[in-house]
Amino acid sequence: MEILKMENVSLTYQTVERETKAIENINLSIEDGEFIALVGPSGCGKTTILSLISGLIKPSGGTITLMGKPVDKPGSETGYMLQRDMLFEWRTIEKNVLIGPEIRRTLNDEAKRDAEELLKKYGLWEFRNHYPGQLSGGMRQRAALIRTLALKPKLLLLDEPFSALDFQTRLSVCNDVYDIIKTEKKTALLVTHDISEAVSLADRIVVLSGRPATVKKTFTIDIDAPTPLKRRERSEFGKWFDIIWKEVSV
Amino acid sequence: MKKQKSEHELFMAKNKYKRIQTIVVQVLILVLFIGIWELAAQLGWIDSFIMSSPSRIVKMLGELGKQDLWIHIGTTLYECVIGFVISTALGCVIAVVLWWSDFLRRVLEPYIVVLNSLPKIALGPIIIIWVGAGAKAIVMMTVLICIIVTIISALGGLMATDEGKVLLLRSMGASKWQILVKLVLPGSIPTLLSVLKINVGLAWVGTIMGEYLVSGAGLGYLIIYGGQVFKLDLVMTSTVILCFLAAVMYFAVALIEKFFKRRSF
Repeated sequence: MEILKMENVSLTYQTVERETKAIENINLSIEDGEFIALVGPSGCGKTTILSLISGLIKPSGGTITLMGKPVDKPGSETGYMLQRDMLFEWRTIEKNVLIGPEIRRTLNDEAKRDAEELLKKYGLWEFRNHYPGQLSGGMRQRAALIRTLALKPKLLLLDEPFSALDFQTRLSVCNDVYDIIKTEKKTALLVTHDISEAVSLADRIVVLSGRPATVKKTFTIDIDAPTPLKRRERSEFGKWFDIIWKEVSV
Repeated sequence: MKKQKSEHELFMAKNKYKRIQTIVVQVLILVLFIGIWELAAQLGWIDSFIMSSPSRIVKMLGELGKQDLWIHIGTTLYECVIGFVISTALGCVIAVVLWWSDFLRRVLEPYIVVLNSLPKIALGPIIIIWVGAGAKAIVMMTVLICIIVTIISALGGLMATDEGKVLLLRSMGASKWQILVKLVLPGSIPTLLSVLKINVGLAWVGTIMGEYLVSGAGLGYLIIYGGQVFKLDLVMTSTVILCFLAAVMYFAVALIEKFFKRRSF
């Protein structure tokens, strides 16, 4: 089933100095359960694409449909995860995880039970009454993912969610997040500038051109390994890295 | 064999020693100051008619206590607290309104800047004519002095909210009201508490300045009156009481801060 479809989407920014074409004629379609990575030169408008899909900004041209419905405002079908975990320091982990249902006014016993289940499943239950400041970077990012999942989104939008972590933590959190996303059978769209991260996670990699961004090429990654870490050990990993790297740099 | 102290025990002992040392020196400074002042007055190094002395202050305190000291303290405290509460509450509300409306903020910015740099005491005569001489005028002066700084600092705190967090809530479909209540206000609690602390000091400035301008009672009145009739004992005594009251109010605010820091929202 097709979750997301972008047809000829473009966006032009208006500022006092000039008009900037951020993205132009993006065509992209994501199937249920896929893990897609968007890579491209920095500043090419990757984040803009996520903002468009989440309904935070409107495209200047083209159409975006999510689960068959056009996107016109932020909705419950997408869950946005940002670079930093954005946990609220004054809320406990449990309260942080429940912020989504609270905002959507769907905070009931069922939502609480769901959150409880997620926290238990992913090892944060015993930290539910801790404040974010008391948790490690990796645990915080896991809490951020659970917060996103608590809204039961169909499509996860991941905006460089590991870039604020140190390398060692990044590898293990990457594994964690992949595991959680696959266990929960979620569809995910990851934006990253880290090619090795994209190759280790994605089923499909979409390479974007420099500004204004368009889809340059799409690759289906066929490394057969159960986890991102295992993928990194496979011999095809280097091959794919080279291919994508060349495509991004040219 | 002597039992070896662990490193942590040593650290704690050193820490405790440092704390005690600080308090001892603090108390010592106060005692020395009062002692030298008294000694200098007794030995005639300074003219105690002009400089007063601790013993004369204590005596004055006793005299005043038999008369109307409590009325003066009550008047000043009342004016100060009312002014403090009004300016803090009103200032925070105005800051929230300005956070809410980009348009209003842009329009009002130059006015706020000008009002901030204006010495509020210049408005004294106007205030007296408008609201009359008395407690009302003094409270008004206090509010005028505190409110602009409150607005500027509180607004600064509200505007400093992490854009990423705002984006997160917006992506969940949050309304502006929800962003305010769930994120901006609780996130600004530390700033708002520091505003309270600044305001305690400013409220006293406002109250005493107001009493200098126009008053029939209060510590500011006592100070001015004492100065006019050259009763420096009265001036010094009132100042000491003022110091004490300001400290009490500051610690009260510090307690409020502690309370808020311990709970979550």
